[in-house]
Amino acid sequence: MAVTNNVARGKIKSIGAAQSPLLGAAMFSPAVLYIVLLVGGPFLLAIFYAFSDARIGNTEMHYVGLENFRSILQSPSFHVALRNSLIFTICSQIVVIVGANILAISLENTFRGRGLIRFLILLPWVAPIALGAIGWKWILDSIYSVITWVLVAAHIYKPFSAPMWLGEPSLAIASVLLVHSWRLMPFSTVILLAGRTAIPKDIPEAAAVDGAGFWRTQLQIVIPMMRPIISVAVLFGLIFTFTDMTVVYILTAGGPFDSTQTLPSLAFAFGIQGSDLAAGAAVSLFLVPVLVIIAYFMLRVAHRAEVN
Amino acid sequence: MAVVQTRDLTKVFKEGQLGAVNNVNLETREGEFLVFLGPSGSGKTTLLRMIAGLETPTSGDILIGGKVVNNLSPRDRRIAMVFQSYALYPHLSVYKNIAFPLRAQNVKKELHKAKVEWAASLLGIGALLDRKPRELSGGERQRVALARAIVREPAVFLLDEPLSNLDAKLRASAREELERFHRGVGTTSIYVTHDQVEAMAMGDRVMVLNKGVVHQLGTPTEVYDNPADTFVATFLGSPPMNLVEMGDVIVGFRPEHFRPGSATAGDSVKFRFKIENREYLGSEWIVSGTLVGGKFEGKKIFSRLGSAQDLRLDDTCDFVVPQRELKFFDRTTEKRVEPRGLSWQ
Amino acid sequence: MSKGMPRSVWTKIVHVLVLGTFTILLAFPFYWMLITSFKQNVDLYTMENNPFIFNAKPTLDHVKFLFTETRFVRWLGNTAFVGVVVVAITLLLAVPAAYSLARLSGRWGERLGIGIFLTYLIPPTLLFIPLSRVVAYLGLQDSLWALILVYPTFTIPFSTWLLMGFFKSIPKELEDAAMVDGLTRFGAFVKLVIPISVSGILTVVIFTFTLVTQEFVYALTFISSESNQMIGTGIPIFLVRGDVYYWGALMAACLIASLPIAFMYNLFLDRFIAGFTVGAVK
Repeated sequence: MAVTNNVARGKIKSIGAAQSPLLGAAMFSPAVLYIVLLVGGPFLLAIFYAFSDARIGNTEMHYVGLENFRSILQSPSFHVALRNSLIFTICSQIVVIVGANILAISLENTFRGRGLIRFLILLPWVAPIALGAIGWKWILDSIYSVITWVLVAAHIYKPFSAPMWLGEPSLAIASVLLVHSWRLMPFSTVILLAGRTAIPKDIPEAAAVDGAGFWRTQLQIVIPMMRPIISVAVLFGLIFTFTDMTVVYILTAGGPFDSTQTLPSLAFAFGIQGSDLAAGAAVSLFLVPVLVIIAYFMLRVAHRAEVN
Repeated sequence: MAVVQTRDLTKVFKEGQLGAVNNVNLETREGEFLVFLGPSGSGKTTLLRMIAGLETPTSGDILIGGKVVNNLSPRDRRIAMVFQSYALYPHLSVYKNIAFPLRAQNVKKELHKAKVEWAASLLGIGALLDRKPRELSGGERQRVALARAIVREPAVFLLDEPLSNLDAKLRASAREELERFHRGVGTTSIYVTHDQVEAMAMGDRVMVLNKGVVHQLGTPTEVYDNPADTFVATFLGSPPMNLVEMGDVIVGFRPEHFRPGSATAGDSVKFRFKIENREYLGSEWIVSGTLVGGKFEGKKIFSRLGSAQDLRLDDTCDFVVPQRELKFFDRTTEKRVEPRGLSWQ
Repeated sequence: MSKGMPRSVWTKIVHVLVLGTFTILLAFPFYWMLITSFKQNVDLYTMENNPFIFNAKPTLDHVKFLFTETRFVRWLGNTAFVGVVVVAITLLLAVPAAYSLARLSGRWGERLGIGIFLTYLIPPTLLFIPLSRVVAYLGLQDSLWALILVYPTFTIPFSTWLLMGFFKSIPKELEDAAMVDGLTRFGAFVKLVIPISVSGILTVVIFTFTLVTQEFVYALTFISSESNQMIGTGIPIFLVRGDVYYWGALMAACLIASLPIAFMYNLFLDRFIAGFTVGAVK
């Protein structure tokens, strides 16, 4: 028995050692190549455009140095877009993390109908972004909004004097925030729920025996233990919101008067609608610093998980 | 210090099925180390958890210090619990782990340091206070769990198989530490285990459970030398007590009382024993085989001997059991009955 | 309170309230889509009407309109077509990549795994401008093939990452035993690992498909004509004639497009979570 094992082990070593590197490379090369060509290449092209005067329809293109960045930094719509990107991302994330934690606590134990509730709660995340946004557009319609109807029926507003949810800048911003939070909540909830079920059952019991009440157990023991999972949920949430242009495009098209533009939607407005590839590329490059920071934190979380 | 009592305590998990705990009545003595012993599924852990307040009883009462505590949450029962996995808070330092119960009970912050250091010194872990649980060995984790339990100066300690996650070598020293700890603090403790060696070594009294029912409650001597029924008789002792059926009784005798020898008149029973297996354990031998001839032909019997050099496999020898070591059990109820004279031929 | 603690009635009430509030807030828009789809226009566009009830008889007019007078069915077909082809490409490239990265322990495997994951952080809203030129250069503008070409750039990283976690959970001993029995490593991969991984692969299929249906930026940028739209772009853009929104049909379309995806997603949710959290939950 021992002899055959050693022979087998030797055989595996020789098979594995000889074939693995080459075979491995052959197996992942197509995927890596695809990504390098269609992600890496265009990324470099975007940088290239940002330093040129490329336009759709022009065959010529010249190097213009930092001109694009200069004019963008001077344009008021850019500052609004930058501000909005940060506000939407950070505020919606805060709302979502608090809400998702509460929701995850409620969903932790099984109860009748839990499967159905889970299905309903997931709908905002699962439905295509554009379709969920359009649904909200109808709910927030300037004339026929159901919210308006309820407020008028409750005599909080007189008929025809209710605010235009998507027509006034501050309300429009709030609406976009609402839709982003609405869409992200299920995703975070589901991830946090997974994190909670991974906590050994005797830890909350030990806390109970030690004298901790419900909230103390959650805030001082359970949620701190979930830090890696919360980090994953937050980092992904930040990426999804920061790089999204769909909600703004559908809900307000950047209006009213460019007050709800974000960096991605502004890039689209300049680059595709305005045919100014250079300006569009330059605006979208401003996404990079934030993404790099997020990537750094993600790697740190992953590294810490490896170490533990 | 308080006495724990249960009255007709029952826990049924699924309606219609037999309860996990059935009508258990017990009363601890002040300062004793009481062991709940039983196989898995015997209800011992459920019983402990009900006393802790982590499970609600289906019926019956639990009293701590004379007060009915059924409706009290764990924090109000003045108990402390050591879990099988120790349940140390992984993100807190050892100091903060031990201080947590004080924080939870809103003890003034200025008092924390003194109490934590007192608990830590009791267990010799003063040097570990800044470490995190994942940096500690199994034995050190047990000590932190105990420190966390003692820092609140509870009335009762509850321990749920804390040694079962340790490897064999560590278990012995950890067990000794627990015994020393209990002697030092003297708090009434209830200890759950399925390991009968632990129960015998540690317990002031042992409560033997099976299928949610108490079979016997007594000192280690009582449950070992005077088992109440065949379950207790075979659960304690390794190898288990040998049992042979004779008419309407079952007769039992322990392997260490089944030895080679010739019967001296009257006070020993003689058997013919064919040796089929010998195991040398270093400190003793376990010899097993079958009885030859008479009423018990083919019955498998175990023997424990200090030396077995002269015994060869497939030999048939004379073995004897002193009369006074025989235990008698009723065949139908399996409960212990008075010894009686029997003809052994 | 969790895990077997005594529950009071008060706790239950709070629980129901919290859960109810969240569920209503999250699911309401879909309920609203449902009601709107079946309300007559007269009912929808009269301000005084209570929107929560049917003031006129429910109607199938909007649904009929959707299926007969718009390109909705065509968009469904487009989406399905693109979905199937992209899934095929993704599986072809991601499954071997994930396997080699999962089994190729050591520095290179780790590095590439992380690299693949990082590409997921280069969003479509960064790449869509240069890619629109690449697509034009290849003559694929306004063609579904543009999407088929570009979508794997985000479905492959995601799928590779999901599958890596999945393959890592298969014990190495299985393949070692197969190789001792005479299979080559590649043979063990094809004949042993893939059959075992059917459920993981199925999960990747479902999620790749949902990624395709959800995508908006590329579909908006590359496709212009009405008949080539995907459902994610066709519905919000082409169910609007001029400035007039056909809300009834719009809501019906949203619902019909969303629900099947929701069902599929729910079936495989646990796998999805496992993929996302495989590193962080220890």
